Amino acid sequence: MIEAPRTARLALTRRRMILGGALAGGALLVGYGVTHPMAVGGALLSGGGTDPEPSAFGSFIRIAPDGWVTVVNRQQELGQGIHAGLAALIAEELDANWDRVRVVDAHSNFRAYGPQITAGSRSIASNWEPMRIAGAAARAMFVEAAALRWQVPRAQITVRDGVVAHPASRRSAPFAELLADAARRTPPQSPALKQANDYRLIGTDRVRRKDVAPKITGAPIYTQDVAKPGMLVAMVAHSPRFGGRLARFDSTDALKVKGVVDAFAIDTGVAVVAETSWAARRGRDALRIEWDDRAAEMRSTAQIVRDYHDIAAGRTDLSPSDFATKGQDADAPLTGDVAEFTFDFPYLVHAPMEPLDCVASVDGWNVAITSGAHLPTVDQVQAARVALTIPGKVDVEVVPAGGSFGRRGLAASDYVIEAVRIARHTARRPVKLMWTREDEMTGGYYRPMSHHRIAVQVGADGLPARWRLRSVCQPLLPFGSNEQAVEGMGNSPYLASATSVDGKLYSPRFPVPVSFWRSVGHSYTAMMMEHLIDQLARRAGQDPAAYRRTLYRKARAARHLKVLDELCRRADWGCAVDVGFARGLAVHEAMGSVVGQMAEVRLDGNRPIVRRVVAIVDCGIAVSPDQIAAQIEGGIGFGLSAALYGATTLDKGIVQQTNFDTQPMLRLNEMPAVETYILPSTAPPTGVGEPGVPPIAPAVANALLALTGRPTNSLPFLKGPGASNLGPMA
Amino acid sequence: MPIDLSVNGRTRRVDDDAETPLLWVLRDTLGLRGTRYGCGIAQCGACTVHVDGQPVRSCTLPVGVVESAAITTIEGVAGPEVEAVRAAWTARDVPQCGFCQSGQVMSAVALLRTIPIPSDADIDLAMSGNLCRCATYNRIRAAIHDAARAGSTPA
Ligand code: FES
Ligand code: FES
Repeated sequence: MIEAPRTARLALTRRRMILGGALAGGALLVGYGVTHPMAVGGALLSGGGTDPEPSAFGSFIRIAPDGWVTVVNRQQELGQGIHAGLAALIAEELDANWDRVRVVDAHSNFRAYGPQITAGSRSIASNWEPMRIAGAAARAMFVEAAALRWQVPRAQITVRDGVVAHPASRRSAPFAELLADAARRTPPQSPALKQANDYRLIGTDRVRRKDVAPKITGAPIYTQDVAKPGMLVAMVAHSPRFGGRLARFDSTDALKVKGVVDAFAIDTGVAVVAETSWAARRGRDALRIEWDDRAAEMRSTAQIVRDYHDIAAGRTDLSPSDFATKGQDADAPLTGDVAEFTFDFPYLVHAPMEPLDCVASVDGWNVAITSGAHLPTVDQVQAARVALTIPGKVDVEVVPAGGSFGRRGLAASDYVIEAVRIARHTARRPVKLMWTREDEMTGGYYRPMSHHRIAVQVGADGLPARWRLRSVCQPLLPFGSNEQAVEGMGNSPYLASATSVDGKLYSPRFPVPVSFWRSVGHSYTAMMMEHLIDQLARRAGQDPAAYRRTLYRKARAARHLKVLDELCRRADWGCAVDVGFARGLAVHEAMGSVVGQMAEVRLDGNRPIVRRVVAIVDCGIAVSPDQIAAQIEGGIGFGLSAALYGATTLDKGIVQQTNFDTQPMLRLNEMPAVETYILPSTAPPTGVGEPGVPPIAPAVANALLALTGRPTNSLPFLKGPGASNLGPMA
Repeated sequence: MPIDLSVNGRTRRVDDDAETPLLWVLRDTLGLRGTRYGCGIAQCGACTVHVDGQPVRSCTLPVGVVESAAITTIEGVAGPEVEAVRAAWTARDVPQCGFCQSGQVMSAVALLRTIPIPSDADIDLAMSGNLCRCATYNRIRAAIHDAARAGSTPA
């Protein structure tokens, strides 16, 4: 890296202003940030750090003397390929040589990078402006440096693949040669950005991942792989029931296990620290613990389901919130032709492939954390709180996460705090906290279970005229409205042309911890809206695609309409399908993108076999088409896994699914062939990490409806022991 | 009693108890951390290594059992099949989070060594023990076919 000279440091301050402007006025604080005061507050509080490697080209771009461009990724790489997406935004505007661009992950640092929040499928959308501006500003500095050196007008200078040229005089120089001069230029306040049809990189298949090699050679890149001198491994025995507290424990036998160093009580249970992972595990197994269940959740799933049904029927003293209201007569009873639907959905685990883990060390005021963190700036604040220090003294080294699906993005930072609490006991020795798979599956923060009753008054035209919706779902956050629980319902195009809508949400609170799970409320609202619309179409004697088309036209839902038309075309909708198979389709908007999916399904006994899925995506400008396809494939696999098997159930408060034997997950032989088509667009990019998930369950349910005539009113399709009380099989 | 292991062609003496799962000996004692813990009960395949050429789940294999066997991990696996698999994986950008991929590569290499040109059914059988929560399955399947084709073309 070249040293930033004094003038460049000034430029750097100015650059911050450019980016700062983009931050304040731009999309960064939209979405997750707005509904998460914790995240925003945390980000603000964590100021005080300085940019570890100041660069003349701003916080996100470093250029080495050999011309290699390093892009600093402030988002969490959890498999979605964001590192390549962000690098492409910068490389496009900088006109860098893509093959000489590398990416490094940023530590937590609000001052340098702004709030570091990876959530809501917004990483491309929120970086779309700031990263392109950063790239364009750096490009302008090279152009100016060359113009001065060659004494030619700036307008005559071109940049391509990291080479600055003046074609008229046949002079050219790579970035490396102009680097020192360029670093002294002042970055322009508002550099011109390219028009979409001038893109050379964005939207092409050249935007490929840059992290494949370490991932296929076993390089130690994850939190699980961290090894520090003197490091201990910690495991924690948690209460088997949510809300249970430690009464007393006996560690005599645990301390006899070779390699166990200590065992002590912490806020969340009993921690065992040992020289190795296996010793920690055996030590933990040898603990004798008594739990105090007086405040614990003791109900079984069947009881919670019954309670939810009572609440939805109004037999409750909870007062609901209105999530959708329209029309004078919203409260009046539905009359005439009324169709009624009920749905039940279970708790779901995230089960990222890497079980939860975090490395922490505490030395006086200083805390060092290594973690695959979505919300490093939030973790900083949470860690500071339990270590009794200030956020600026907490360094979060962000490493790739072995998946997350939302689990590593909790405002509560549960396992991060746990690691810090343990590290306070180990006299400066770093601690690697490891949760076992069982800990993860039984440890809470699930996609909430929910119950819904929906009644539709059908008009003479066969279309929905009036809606009454009742939902019951635990709140996802300790504060604010519970809007995520019903996202995707209130704004559904199917409600748009109705004369009245009455949507109410009950949000009971009890100790089972819930959180965001890939696609959040959409993970079930899509199932309801898309499956009931198929049933309404059948009642009206119409083809499900034609019925949707009518409703989309009435709602002026132009994007839905386009996606549906393309889906019908690509999926041969209306053509014959092999004997024994049926097709089902679903279209749903989530995280700003509209995704349509068609599933071709047959039944093997009661087991749905999904052979083929066609997916149509409208996600604005496609920065990295191949990674979008990967996310849609992954979303379909993830959603299908949950739809087929996903259910975390309680028996007198104790979680029944503890590992992949009792909670099966989709395997390679069950993965359908997937064809993904991205609609061309000139709109700014929207999400792709989550929107692939919601449509698959209703697409399959609709195919089963076509196959058997029977609707599905609960998930999963295949109910293991414990989940049978979630409703009858489809 | 120390145990002598043959790991990636080298003899390594370890002090772990004989019933310690091989996974933890590899990771914590020998520092070979590319073999990963995902479930501990032989259900996910993240811990797959080769023992005498066979793909096995190291998380449930007591280290005492593999004394004198030839153990190969993702760090040491080599040969034309390995190169073909890695090239195919790279060409198709297979990994997402990547956490399962050491195990996927080990299973795929073992498959290609037994069946150089596997059918889809062969792939189903050999690869269904390896979970991928990111669901990179279709790319894994396609990459195995690519690697098989590359391997069958004379150089
Ligand atoms: S960790 Fe061994 S199979 Fe899962
Ligand atoms: S790539 Fe994430 S689990 Fe396979």
